[in-house]
Amino acid sequence: METYSTLRAFADSWFLIAMVAFFLGTWVYAFWPSLKSSRDAAASIPFRDDETGTGCTGSCETCTCNTDISKELRNG
Amino acid sequence: MAIVKLILLGLIALFAALATDLGQDLAYRVHAVIIFVVAVGLFIRELRNVGEPAAPVPTDQYNDDVVRAGVIATAFWGIAGLTVGVLIALQLTFPVLNFDWAQPFGNFGRLRPLHTSAVIFAFGGNALIASSIYIVQRTSRTRLYGGNLVWFVFWGYQLFIVLAATGYLLGATQSKEYAEPEWYVDIWLTLVWVAYLVVFLGTIINRRERHIYVANWFFLAFIITVAMLHVVNNLAVPVSIWGSKSVQLFGGVQDAMTQWWYGHNAVGFFLTAGFLGMMYYYVPKQANRPVYSYKLSIVHFWALIFLYIWAGPHHLHYTALPDWASTLGMVFSVILWMPSWAGMMNGLMTLNGAWDKIRTDPIIRFLVASLAFYGMSTFEGPMMSIRAVNSLSHYTDWTVGHVHSGALGWNGMIIFAMIYFLTPRLWNRGAMYSNAAMNWHFWLAMIGIVLYAASMWVSGIMEGLMWREVDDQGFLVNSFADTVSAKYPMYLVRSLGGILYLAGAGIMCWNMWMTIRGYARVSQPVAQMTPPAGATAAPAE
Repeated sequence: METYSTLRAFADSWFLIAMVAFFLGTWVYAFWPSLKSSRDAAASIPFRDDETGTGCTGSCETCTCNTDISKELRNG
Repeated sequence: MAIVKLILLGLIALFAALATDLGQDLAYRVHAVIIFVVAVGLFIRELRNVGEPAAPVPTDQYNDDVVRAGVIATAFWGIAGLTVGVLIALQLTFPVLNFDWAQPFGNFGRLRPLHTSAVIFAFGGNALIASSIYIVQRTSRTRLYGGNLVWFVFWGYQLFIVLAATGYLLGATQSKEYAEPEWYVDIWLTLVWVAYLVVFLGTIINRRERHIYVANWFFLAFIITVAMLHVVNNLAVPVSIWGSKSVQLFGGVQDAMTQWWYGHNAVGFFLTAGFLGMMYYYVPKQANRPVYSYKLSIVHFWALIFLYIWAGPHHLHYTALPDWASTLGMVFSVILWMPSWAGMMNGLMTLNGAWDKIRTDPIIRFLVASLAFYGMSTFEGPMMSIRAVNSLSHYTDWTVGHVHSGALGWNGMIIFAMIYFLTPRLWNRGAMYSNAAMNWHFWLAMIGIVLYAASMWVSGIMEGLMWREVDDQGFLVNSFADTVSAKYPMYLVRSLGGILYLAGAGIMCWNMWMTIRGYARVSQPVAQMTPPAGATAAPAE
């Protein structure tokens, strides 16, 4: 019972604070203005692979593959 | 390495041979035979390959062989699971279908877990494994990590399914919903799952993309959480190493709480988080637009996994579970509505500017229907978790209807979209063989779901009201058997809905067969039937 009480007190106080802080941190991270380019880069990942193979190598800053997906928009 | 494998397989075969003789119950002995046959088969295969040079690995190509196998396995288990579902729906309608000659194996009580496990873990699980492996390679732009380990994951998972399914029919169950398989099957699944995690995580670590795409976050949460849930909920001590029976470590209300912590998160992480991973890839890819808001997807991810894990106690209203615990579960279930709808909106709004594709592209239509059902069932779920609503809905067919609007609508439709998306790409065909068949499939499935969900709403609410109806003396008006006979017409409609849904899946399998075999169909796609004057018909994608 003593173990239970100790763990329960810890869960109700410090760990609760830690979890809430982490959760709020994810919101801050999600909305952090200077990370906009990272978010845009991440959002376009599905459009960078080519169907035949692993395609271009290296990080997306230096590779030559097409990252501007608006040019690739197809109809129909 | 080959010698270690041979020794290991030999020892397994030896143990299994002993177990066929010493086994104390039928399920255990049948499983021993299955394991013996598999181990000896693998032993011979391994022996024949000793000294053979290993085939060169095309490191510049994605590993798609296992995805092809996974797509076929998904369709196969889908048909199997849906067929058993139709059978048990008919058994409830016409009890005579619990044939005397098939007892005890063909009893509703044994077929029901066969149905739930087949559709969730076999149909849904294979779709998740195939999708995650396809998507993680493409969003990491690297070949799958771990070489042939992924084949162990695939075939090991199929073996788990076969052992679980045969176990149910032969009476081996630890009677925990969605966690029925007995101890040795659980241990086997744990091994397979760890290998799955290694393959998936290894690929992410090897990625050539700076960011980890949001779909992979969801897949990773799905794999890790399911491992945790599976291990904790299946803590049991076998009665004997030669028998399938085991005793749970937890007892009473602790066991019930653990079970529903597992059970609800099986829905939350297997059928939701994993499938959201599929959604975050297939919807942008098919609409050819990036996801509506990447910000929202980050918030969606963290909110969903932070909240879902607490929702389980809402399955235990009005039980021995303390009120504070079931209230906690209820509150978190209601809050969960927000991230669920955030995800649905994020998926639907991705189609902004491409809404016309709902009319022209059957895959988009499946995806949109799937998201719509996701939104509906994640509204219905929180509502049913409220204690007052639960007092009416619990133990009735309303719950069954809710589960099926989620499973047939959200999970089923997105799996069909996945199959139609992947099949032409994996077998290098231009498109599915028949567009019309995809449309037939869509409408059969939609009508099937509507019949199913509507009949179960009526049946469930009627049942709940009949159970609580009292006369002016305070006596209950209806016996249980009264509610059973009153449900007959709704059961009939529900069976019809299931048959339509199964028929749609059958059409899909025919379409897959024709596509994979490479039959070409010379016809214009539906979208191009009436091109505007002066426009040239665009080639089908």
